[in-house]
Amino acid sequence: MLRTPGEPVLEARGLTRRFGSLVAVSEVSLDLLPGECHAVIGPNGAGKSTLIGLIAGELVPDAGTVLLGGEDVGRLDPAARARRGLGRTFQIAELCLEFSVRRNVLLAVQPRFAGPFHFLRRAERLSQLAAHVDAALVSAGLIDRADLPAATLSHGERRQLELAVVLASRPRVLLLDEPAAGLGPSETEALANRLAALKGRFAMLLVEHDMDTVFRLADRITVLAEGRVIASGLPEDIRADRTVREAYLGEMVDA
Amino acid sequence: MAEAQATARVGLDGVVALCGLCLLAAAPPVLEHLQADYLLPTLTRMLAYGLAAAALDLVLGYGGLVSFGHGAFLGTGAYVAGALLQHASRGTPVLAWPIMVPGSTEALVILPAAAAVAGILAFLIGAISLRTRGVHFIMITLAFAQLVYFLVLAVPEYGGTDGLMLSARWRLAGLPVRGDAPRYWIALVLLVLFLLAARRAMEARYGLALRGARQNERRLLALGYPVYAIRLLAFTASGACTGLAGALLADVAMFVSPDLLSWQRSGELIIMVVLGGQGTLIGPVVGAFTLLALEEELSALTEHWMLVLGPILLLCVLLFRRGIWGQVIGAAYPG
Ligand SMILES: Nc1ncnc2c1ncn2[C@@H]1O[C@H](COP(=O)(O)OP(=O)(O)O)[C@@H](O)[C@H]1O
Ligand SMILES: [Mg+2]
Repeated sequence: MLRTPGEPVLEARGLTRRFGSLVAVSEVSLDLLPGECHAVIGPNGAGKSTLIGLIAGELVPDAGTVLLGGEDVGRLDPAARARRGLGRTFQIAELCLEFSVRRNVLLAVQPRFAGPFHFLRRAERLSQLAAHVDAALVSAGLIDRADLPAATLSHGERRQLELAVVLASRPRVLLLDEPAAGLGPSETEALANRLAALKGRFAMLLVEHDMDTVFRLADRITVLAEGRVIASGLPEDIRADRTVREAYLGEMVDA
Repeated sequence: MAEAQATARVGLDGVVALCGLCLLAAAPPVLEHLQADYLLPTLTRMLAYGLAAAALDLVLGYGGLVSFGHGAFLGTGAYVAGALLQHASRGTPVLAWPIMVPGSTEALVILPAAAAVAGILAFLIGAISLRTRGVHFIMITLAFAQLVYFLVLAVPEYGGTDGLMLSARWRLAGLPVRGDAPRYWIALVLLVLFLLAARRAMEARYGLALRGARQNERRLLALGYPVYAIRLLAFTASGACTGLAGALLADVAMFVSPDLLSWQRSGELIIMVVLGGQGTLIGPVVGAFTLLALEEELSALTEHWMLVLGPILLLCVLLFRRGIWGQVIGAAYPG
């Protein structure tokens, strides 16, 4: 697939992060073009989640910075980056488990209309919000579950809900950390279909172990090993790359 | 189905709360009829503690932040009220420099002043404490409260360890407040207004954000919520309303005890919230009434009442996980 032309919406420049003596992420640079799906693959412990944490602002880098839409956001906290259009899912779904499914989505829709400092009107009764919430629940297939506490959802449903939450916040850039982890084959298939349908509408940084999903969605692939970029390019080049096959792909097929 | 259950529950909780309110509203005439109106100041005290506990619930139950320093705000409110009344009766200014602040006996001045000073203190303490989490937060709020305690004790003008005896009482809109019943009404009205406003705010966008941040701070941050500012506002409002309760206590007792600032008092407020049911607003009020009634009854029976009260509280907390109020209305911790 051809790259969408235009300035990158997201750029990581020379990101480095150490934990004690371990260099979890080492001088990683990558970018994300508008509408592009850029996959990051690599064995466990390669530093993929750490990289996402650095980009999202949850972790402070030892070196390097992040540009969002050309703006240096390296000094901003995760909330400020989110307000500039960065949305993310976590390797283990992060939700408000005591709230209903509907409220979880409502929390994502709310900030699009106003800041949180509104004290008078009941959030659930705001019709302009409710329409968006229902639409998000329908497209996530969770409308039947809307009034149950999120804690009652299965693992797969929680992942679906988290994705629905992030999409409802209308990000410009989507960071997905192993969205298919722990899903069964049919759930993984459904997820890949969902992401394929979203392709082009968001720029996506996709960390994923499931190679079928990766090769189906990715416009570009970057391979991490021990915190370093060992290869980056078009999917067919990565598939053909010998070092990658030896270092990673073969291993993954067995695992 | 779930929707219907939810409405039914809301109904029950509303009905029980309304019954409680009717009882409280009937108390002054009924007690007068029974010639037991000497109990009114005790009830007023309970209402004031109910207000303080419900205010703490904003931070503790809804925000998930265990503040061990709310005694500082209770005491600050009481001392502000005490100082204004004291200086007014002596005809001296509270502050001559940098700005002239005269004393006052007007409740419409004293109550907002108490809330404002306690609120500013809460803002300052919160701004630093909220940068920490968990046990650190508990310890740092405790440390600040102890600091305030010793600072106030160091001002000899306000009685030091002896506390501050008040010779004047407040007036309302220029009219003298005579007898115990009007004081009771002032406390009841303030409590009900606070409960209504807080309940509404906790269902509005602000409340959902505050409660969401308790359940999953990471998620709220990832959605762009300014979690720190949201919590700081809750802490400040909570401190201000706790200060209001302190002013009520000062007026009803005509005395300001430094005990109000102590860590024991902060602990009691936490017990009231947990005992009554955190995250329910009304529960902490029930907790305040229960704890104060137990203290009153037990201390009349035996001088070792503390030894008896401890196990009773422990049992309550173990038996009613969701607090007394949660048990009564059968609703889960609402998140
Ligand atoms: N908070 C942390 N403290 C210490 N070491 C960490 C921390 N987070 C990650 N690591 C280490 O950094 C390396 C990269 O981790 P991670 O980014 O989670 O890898 P991946 O997501 O690719 O599996 C691992 O060796 C991991 O043990
Ligand atoms: Mg990972």
